[in-house]
Amino acid sequence: MSVLVWIEQIDNEPVPSCWEVLGKARELAHQMGTQAAALVAGQDVDAIAQEALGYGADTVYVADSPVLARFRLQPYVETVHQALDAAQATLFLTNATVHGGTLAAMVACRRNAGIAAQAVDLHLEDGRPVATRAIYSGNMLADIHFESDLAVASIRPRSFPMPEPGPAKGTVVPLEIPLAEEQVEEKILEVKPAEKGEISLTEARIIVSGGRGVAADPAKGFQLIGELADVLGAAVGASRAAVDAGYIEYKHQVGQTGKTVKPDLYIACGISGAIQHLAGMGQSKVIVAINKDPEAPIFERAHYGVVEDLFVMVPALTEEFRKRLGKG
Amino acid sequence: MKVVALIKQTPDTAELPKVSVDEARSGQIQTTMVINPWDEFAAEEAIQLADRLGATSVAISMGRPDQTDALKHALAMGIQSAVLVDEAVAAEGDEWTAAEALAQAIRLQGDDVQIVLAGKMSVDGNSGLIHVGVACKLGWSLLVNVTRIAEVADGRITVERSFEGGQEVVQVPLPVVISVAKEINEPRYPSFMGIRKANRAQIPVLGKDEIPISPAPPRARWENLRKPEQRTVQVKIIQGATPQEKAAGLVDALLAEKVI
Ligand SMILES: Cc1cc2nc3c(=O)[nH]c(=O)nc-3n(C[C@H](O)[C@H](O)[C@H](O)COP(=O)(O)OP(=O)(O)OC[C@H]3O[C@@H](n4cnc5c(N)ncnc54)[C@H](O)[C@@H]3O)c2cc1C
Ligand SMILES: Nc1ncnc2c1ncn2[C@@H]1O[C@H](COP(=O)(O)O)[C@@H](O)[C@H]1O
Repeated sequence: MSVLVWIEQIDNEPVPSCWEVLGKARELAHQMGTQAAALVAGQDVDAIAQEALGYGADTVYVADSPVLARFRLQPYVETVHQALDAAQATLFLTNATVHGGTLAAMVACRRNAGIAAQAVDLHLEDGRPVATRAIYSGNMLADIHFESDLAVASIRPRSFPMPEPGPAKGTVVPLEIPLAEEQVEEKILEVKPAEKGEISLTEARIIVSGGRGVAADPAKGFQLIGELADVLGAAVGASRAAVDAGYIEYKHQVGQTGKTVKPDLYIACGISGAIQHLAGMGQSKVIVAINKDPEAPIFERAHYGVVEDLFVMVPALTEEFRKRLGKG
Repeated sequence: MKVVALIKQTPDTAELPKVSVDEARSGQIQTTMVINPWDEFAAEEAIQLADRLGATSVAISMGRPDQTDALKHALAMGIQSAVLVDEAVAAEGDEWTAAEALAQAIRLQGDDVQIVLAGKMSVDGNSGLIHVGVACKLGWSLLVNVTRIAEVADGRITVERSFEGGQEVVQVPLPVVISVAKEINEPRYPSFMGIRKANRAQIPVLGKDEIPISPAPPRARWENLRKPEQRTVQVKIIQGATPQEKAAGLVDALLAEKVI
């Protein structure tokens, strides 16, 4: 028996939140007296398999084939079926990214298994897994108990701490590749990768976000926000008002109709703190608000506030961090 | 050809914090209910696709028989017909039961349904599961987070989709279930004429006779519904005579928090 974790790779880079999930799987497996197993699918993924061993997998199942080079649901689902059987898994976990969420859902539906989608926590009761989910856009919590033999959950990035990697122990087990290219119905015709080095909002430890407060000079505003983000190694976020006004692309939007994020530090610059924005970032560990209106609702949710014009405050902050972090 | 849009009626996002645990458990939500914001994009795309392909558009929603506002909104936007599935057909079930009910409702629309569009997720359920379940139950292709439908031809569909690692242009055979992303379109506002027409529309309700679901035990149980602990934060306003002083004070505080 085992807890099986899918390790997502994008262009042969493992997605960091998978290690968080694997760390938790290891802890649960230990308590359940079973094994933690990982599944790495892709092409030329030996290095990722070794990393998975380093992060504590007892066994890593590897499916290595050109068919699996990029994520396609049908061959990936078949691969997971193989791994579940090989690992005799009773719990299957993915990270709740676009691919991870879809893979977990399709596998669960095909196996007639219970699922906790977008879970934020996991624990055991009477030796069985229980998953906590946030519903009503973070305004309610529920515990999911599983009735099926296999339990499936997709876990939101940053729900668990990043484990420390150690030496690679454990075994690598190759899997049969279930499908030939001719049998895969989905064809990928073109790929436009995300910008290199771009930090994904959902995975980010620090986020600096801008809102309509940059309106006086949007290009300058987001340039200043970008510079602060650079110094901190942070991702850049935005409110919907900033996105709708065309100041920045939609993929940066945080909130109800954008991304749900959970960084250690969220710096909101010129953002009022509407309910729909809070729905996406209210779980951040420390929230900082920079706003020139002392009455802005964001100050009711922020841990630290600065009442100041962002056009002077953001560069001052960048400068101060540069000094203190020894970056020139 | 027919294009189906899956529409859920959900609480107005501004009122989500007001939904109580009892309301959530019983399903008797007292807040203003609207079309799930993500599903407006599915409705808009269904209207545009039907125009492009010379197809007809149908909106399907599962809910209480009196929950027709979201479907009326879709009709007012320009969706040609609407069907409500009484949620009682999937009572006591889980997400896969709901998906099975919607899949049956889709089959009842005839063999000429080739494309089913759904939103990315519901603002109350927050699971992003139902469209996956529908594709699974129908045995159709599934594409998620689609930002553009490029072409429908020769029994295949070509779309652009987005994920954390960028964008891809992909092709799958029809029939297909698609969840749409916000980038795909700008949902239109219902016109005055549209609203009048929608208000007159008779929306058929499908119940247990039309959608028989053999009762299966749910595969997951939801327990201990609760409100998250209110984080009572008392904001600390960083004071200072100049922005530089404020910056120094804030950096001190953040270094002490160990979040940098
Ligand atoms: C269905 C639905 C979904 C939504 N989804 C989202 C979502 O996903 N994400 C989201 O963010 N919103 C969402 N919204 C919109 C939300 O309700 C707000 O309209 C939006 O968040 C406001 O953005 P903002 O704070 O940037 O702008 P505003 O509310 O206009 O606030 C701007 C702030 O900047 C301050 N300011 C102005 N100039 C300066 C300056 N020079 N220096 C410092 N501060 C300054 C002002 O005091 C003000 O507080 C949604 C709304 C609906 C109805
Ligand atoms: N009760 C429902 N009736 C119709 N469509 C639904 C229903 N529930 C979910 N959907 C569709 O499935 C998508 C994902 O919903 P969810 O799995 O609840 O996040 C929604 O955006 C809708 O398009």
